[in-house]
Amino acid sequence: MDKKRRDFLKIAGISTLAGLGGPAVVDRLVTGTSPVGARAAKEIDPAALAETHEAEAKGHGEAGEVAKTGRRWGLVIDLRKFREDPELAEKAIHACHSTHNVPHFTNKRHEIKWIWLAEYENAFPEHSSYYKDKLTLDNEVLVLCNHCDTPPCVRACPTKATFKNKDGIVAMDYHRCIGCRFCMAACPYGSRSFNWRDPRAGLDMNKLNRKFPTRMRGVVEKCNMCAERVGLGKQPACVEACAESKAIVFGDLNDPNSEIRQMLKTNFTIQRKPSLGTHPSVFYIV
Amino acid sequence: MYDSDKIIPGLIIFVLFITFPVWYNHGDASEVPKPELPKDVKECVLPVADMRAEHMQLLNRWRDLVLRTGDRSYDVKIAGKEYQKSLMNTCMQCHSSKKKFCDRCHTYASVTPYCWDCHLAPVE
Amino acid sequence: MLEKALKGNKYYWMWLAFLGTFMAIGAICYVRQYNYGLGLTGMSRDVSWGLYISQFTFLVGVAAGGVMLVLPYYIHNYKEFGRITILGEFLAIASLIMCLMFIIVDLGQPIRALNVLLHPTPHSMLFWDMIVLNGYLFLNLLCGWVILTSEHKEVAPPKWIYPFVYISIPFAISIHTVTAMLYCGLPGRHFWLSAIIAPRFLASAFAAGPSLIVVAALILKRVTKFDAGKKAIDKLVTIILYAALTNAFFVGLEFFVAYYSNIPGHKAALDYLFFGITEHGVTYDNLVPFMYGFVILGVIAIALLSIPYTRRQNDFYLGLGCVLLFISLWLDKGIGFVLGGFVPNPLEQITEYYPTANEIFITIAVWCTGFFILSVLYKIAVKVEEDIHA
Repeated sequence: MDKKRRDFLKIAGISTLAGLGGPAVVDRLVTGTSPVGARAAKEIDPAALAETHEAEAKGHGEAGEVAKTGRRWGLVIDLRKFREDPELAEKAIHACHSTHNVPHFTNKRHEIKWIWLAEYENAFPEHSSYYKDKLTLDNEVLVLCNHCDTPPCVRACPTKATFKNKDGIVAMDYHRCIGCRFCMAACPYGSRSFNWRDPRAGLDMNKLNRKFPTRMRGVVEKCNMCAERVGLGKQPACVEACAESKAIVFGDLNDPNSEIRQMLKTNFTIQRKPSLGTHPSVFYIV
Repeated sequence: MYDSDKIIPGLIIFVLFITFPVWYNHGDASEVPKPELPKDVKECVLPVADMRAEHMQLLNRWRDLVLRTGDRSYDVKIAGKEYQKSLMNTCMQCHSSKKKFCDRCHTYASVTPYCWDCHLAPVE
Repeated sequence: MLEKALKGNKYYWMWLAFLGTFMAIGAICYVRQYNYGLGLTGMSRDVSWGLYISQFTFLVGVAAGGVMLVLPYYIHNYKEFGRITILGEFLAIASLIMCLMFIIVDLGQPIRALNVLLHPTPHSMLFWDMIVLNGYLFLNLLCGWVILTSEHKEVAPPKWIYPFVYISIPFAISIHTVTAMLYCGLPGRHFWLSAIIAPRFLASAFAAGPSLIVVAALILKRVTKFDAGKKAIDKLVTIILYAALTNAFFVGLEFFVAYYSNIPGHKAALDYLFFGITEHGVTYDNLVPFMYGFVILGVIAIALLSIPYTRRQNDFYLGLGCVLLFISLWLDKGIGFVLGGFVPNPLEQITEYYPTANEIFITIAVWCTGFFILSVLYKIAVKVEEDIHA
């Protein structure tokens, strides 16, 4: 009798565990997304579970790809315009870094940058540049986060502190970042910076943009495609900085009638490291 | 009980020691803090009692909505006016002194929220 | 049984005090790092993981190495390993604690570490690494303790423990496989992007872990009455030798693929590690001596472990061979593998990494903590054995 009861309890225990945990695990492995797991294990009602799941997935927009019907913000960077006006790039960088209170450290080890200039061969190492023409030799390329459609950094992040939002922007939740720097190892474009020390030590506290926070030490940061401005219907700061020249064009890559799609239609553009399958949202006209 | 002459005094000393903060501060309760409220505005996002109890959950919810969901709409209604969900750009516009508002209770309750590690308090 | 760790001769206490000193120094260094941020280390935007994560990677291997004792004993019923499996399990415990400590000291926001549980993310390999590392730690604590307790009471281990022992075997493989997957799934890091990383990690783990156990067994034979037995040691050396040769073979394959295919991205990190890279007239080669050390020490160690005289007739040479092999594999995986993967950076620029003194002291302190735990655990295990035979 006693033995039977023990066996029964064992089986009951195991099947309860499997029943509760199993579907949740399978579900999450298949979708590979939403953070409901912790809650899902507690939920018993499948309908409620599905509902939460849907709401969360929608809310966090972390599903591997943005639906083609949704928005996908992107940029076209026209390098010709930057060659015409050599000061334009600095203007864009300054606009970005001052808008987002990006600190400046003289020690290169502590360097933080969201958008910067790189040599052509560094920005596009996969492109042959054996006999370089004078233009590519003399001019540098603006590089920033590519806001990939399949971002390796998002895949790597163990806490969903970095995620792709519903508009295709790869964003950071600085409140959640644990500073493991896995995303920095995962990013094939070197677009991420880490706050090795208190960022406010590298900022002039009297010249801050008081509408936007700084970061704290120990978290990773990068270009957010001005989600805080775009969300209010404005253009990203770098785009606005070179406004008249149209050196950087911002728009919805999923909208066939957008200006950016017209640019892509009428110009030969390249992307950084396309062979890696990250599908960058930033395009370059050389 | 063996060694009761050692154990019982030991227990008494232990109990006295861990209750030290209670009896040491007895009758010495510091004054209940009075955060300074904005003069021209009388209404907040939620009734006072709710704000007092739940402002941290509200801020967390706003954070997730704005940052993660991307919902930046101006859907916070205060006295008929619409505001965006923002600590720096909404709350602190009325409560323009962190020292006289936030810190008063936080210091009293001995909590140090890390909001201000990143977010900028109004210049005072 | 813990009380057994409290009785020892003066050398035992001196050894613990020696380790404790470095632990204390490291603790002070960590407080400094905690207050200032990881800027106190030599890491940078380009080399964003340094000594901490490279030690972590190596020590996961040492932890997994213990399975080379558990597997022959429990699956193949190789009785000679009966007395030393406990050494493998306790080594795994100490190594895993070191691993977890290295992860914590590497975090920018250590107090948020539990976010990994709060927001579980199955598509992140770090999430799975957390699960298998903690799982393996739990299994080893459980199995090691239960089996040693039964030994202490001179009864057969309870039957219910065996499923846990058997589960621990695939877990050992999994900890190093998942750790390899942290690296080998990252696009654009050519040096790491290789399907052979996991097997290579396992091969070097099955050489490094058991090497340390042989060294420990030889020391224990001298300073205590614990004798692992000649046959057991000899079998272990055979395992070590095969694993070390397999690792060397895998490294050779990496060289072949890189240099025969002649793809620049694949060659770059190997160039940097073994020969140095010259760019704009500056030569970057600060890891070359370490990699030479890896090769030279590895060759000497393999020779010492294969020549019958040095292997079987002389404990000193046997111990030396194992120590050299351990150091060689440490240079490979605990230095070269992680640091080399960051050079050149994704924009094909070169930034070299030099750890700071503060960082080195923290690293030493974590190692000392591991050896402290290992010493205490081995002390208990040895005392139990001695009591039985007394």
